Amino acid sequence: MYMYICQVEGTRNLLYYGWVMKSRVYVVLILLAGMLLGYFTYSAQSAGSRWNFKLGLDLRGGTQLVYNADTSRLAGGDVDDAMSALRDVIERRVNLFGITEPTVQTETANIGVEGSQRRLIVELPGVSAIDEAVALIGQTPTLEFKTERLTEERDVILKKIEEIKKKQESGTDTSKDIETLKDPYYIDSQLTGRFLKTARVEFNSQTSEPYVSLEFNDEGANLFAKITRDNVGKNVAIYLDGQPISQPRVNEEITGGKAQISGGFTPQEAKLLAGRLNSGALPIPIALVASSKVGATLGEGAFERGTTAALYGYLAVIIFLIAWYRVPGLIAALSLAIYAVIVLALFKLLSVTLTAAGIAGFILSLGMAVDANVLIFERMKEEKKRGKQISVAIGEGFSRAWTSIRDSNISSLITAIILFWFGTSLVQGFALVWMIGIATSLFASLVITKMLMRAVYVGS
Amino acid sequence: MWVVKNRNWIVGIIGALMLVTLVLTFSWKPNLSIEFTGGTVITGEYASSSPSVTAIQESLESLELGTVRLQPLGEKGLVMRSRDLSQDEHAKVVALLSDGTNEFKETSLSTVGPSVGKELRQKAVLSVLLVLILIILFVAYAFRSVSNVVSSWKYGIVVVITLVHDIFVPTGVFVILSHYLIGYEIDTLFVTALLAILGYSVADTIVVFDRIRENLKNSPEIKPPGTEGLISESFADLVGRSLRETYVRSTNTSLTTVLASLAIFFFGGEATKHFALMLAVGITAGTYSSILLASPLLVLISGKSPKLKFEAQNKP
Repeated sequence: MYMYICQVEGTRNLLYYGWVMKSRVYVVLILLAGMLLGYFTYSAQSAGSRWNFKLGLDLRGGTQLVYNADTSRLAGGDVDDAMSALRDVIERRVNLFGITEPTVQTETANIGVEGSQRRLIVELPGVSAIDEAVALIGQTPTLEFKTERLTEERDVILKKIEEIKKKQESGTDTSKDIETLKDPYYIDSQLTGRFLKTARVEFNSQTSEPYVSLEFNDEGANLFAKITRDNVGKNVAIYLDGQPISQPRVNEEITGGKAQISGGFTPQEAKLLAGRLNSGALPIPIALVASSKVGATLGEGAFERGTTAALYGYLAVIIFLIAWYRVPGLIAALSLAIYAVIVLALFKLLSVTLTAAGIAGFILSLGMAVDANVLIFERMKEEKKRGKQISVAIGEGFSRAWTSIRDSNISSLITAIILFWFGTSLVQGFALVWMIGIATSLFASLVITKMLMRAVYVGS
Repeated sequence: MWVVKNRNWIVGIIGALMLVTLVLTFSWKPNLSIEFTGGTVITGEYASSSPSVTAIQESLESLELGTVRLQPLGEKGLVMRSRDLSQDEHAKVVALLSDGTNEFKETSLSTVGPSVGKELRQKAVLSVLLVLILIILFVAYAFRSVSNVVSSWKYGIVVVITLVHDIFVPTGVFVILSHYLIGYEIDTLFVTALLAILGYSVADTIVVFDRIRENLKNSPEIKPPGTEGLISESFADLVGRSLRETYVRSTNTSLTTVLASLAIFFFGGEATKHFALMLAVGITAGTYSSILLASPLLVLISGKSPKLKFEAQNKP
């Protein structure tokens, strides 16, 4: 019986030392991985790198526009389709700005509004001309084709204009008369931008002047053929946003469904026009409800100051830990450094948008992430006081502190999730950083700290 | 433990302080940011030193914008708050702000419609309430195993009262600051700070309560009556013992986080200064409240100590 016990003890010891050796190997691997990750995080931070930290609008400056979408006239099932179509159209319009990483998101608001309100959020980094942005996004280009009015009708209208002019000169109110006036030269045809398939910028091979070439869909091609057939030898006017931009003469019927607009454009103007025509009309009306613009200078330096604050925060936390817990404190400091490296690498890999609040959240999480370590170390001290061996005390420290670590992290997680739901994008940045911090800190304290503790204390 | 012994006094004093905060908040009414009320904020800088606030007020009068709040920012800067302006009105305001050769350059502009403000206001209140309710539910669930001594709902309720205290203290400090200094406004970051304090401060209280839970499980108290070797310890004594065993770690966990928030306050960006201050105050409040408020309160609402029940049962 005694021998049997000895044997069991013997195997346990062997297993045990095997475990210690293994944990030392693991520690070396973890430290190496930490260093590699740290090197990646540091070295990938350069201009043009795809692994740069993604900074929010508040840090790099730009414009944010929030629109309410009017979905009242749609049946329930069509709303989602309409919203994604709306997002596509707005995205195409936004892309005309030629800026990097614009974002267009849709959102549903249920609180504080009647029923549910669909929203569209547009973020334009680097854009400071807010009025221009609003104009370009909100404006639906209307393209119309008009045909010549009969000369008799034209003369009647022109005469009326003359009369009104005279009246105006004598000081009578003419606003009502002006309302009834019609375009003397052209009348509407059925052909509009609705029938457009694509618009492209092309260049005249002789004059190298840019023009916009239009291609209609089948219905549009038929309409265009009819218009050109009926108006051979006359002018057809092309109106954009109610203004005539070109009045070409029709020489013959055009059946292929192709047309050109050449209005003395610069290449830039032609490109913009083609883009606007391609982006099409909005599927549902939108109204601007909030807008904000942050100058780049305001956000400037916020990132650098955040880095400084993170460094000082880290130092303050580890000085306290080392002063209070000595060797375990040193281990926690190392584990916290690995925590920070993992979180920063995750920010890059998941391309988390860092806002001022998000950076604050990261620094705060440095203080929170060591909580589990503190609980474990205190429990270890307690177990040691009760006369337990250090190796046993470490095990007990981890297993017995677990319930309080678990419960407090769950309540933090509940709050972070609600915060994410509450949030404007600024706050969501904070909530997201908090969630990543909670998950990573559990890994850092339960796996990394444990490995380090075993390697340092056990078997020595 | 002296805290548990003097529970009536301590709970009374803390309750009175909370009442003062409540009165201050409602009588001083801190300013809400435009995120919650709707409106326009224009921030910018003058080429040379900014004109006097009254001069700017006068020049803007012709636009009939209602109440306009102007706040100088340093020597050249200016912040202007008003009802939400249309694009047209905004352009006119910016033109009027320029004072002849002293050009006003707008650096940031933010406009929020009234409906969005109202929505965010309701969402903020709702999220604070939601966090409190979910935490009561979670704590009641987590402590169900020791429910036979003191109902686990009571743990949940005590945690939430403690949390309400933890957000009252920073709110009170904020109200006082906003009363005497300019630039303190209740904005989404303020609400974020309150929510973060709620989610984090509960950890402190859970550390102490977790020990109570553990000690109750190992306590002879919950063994059936008549079991031999029954050591009598009242619930109050058990709470006192648990507190003595855990107050150091409960304080240390918070201390590291307070250190981190102070680093944000002193070294971080301008935008998160108030936020960091609120967090530091709130987490400090959360630390002492888990010692001074939560445990005494738990003893107070536990009603008759379970030990007394045993004695009654043991007597013939």
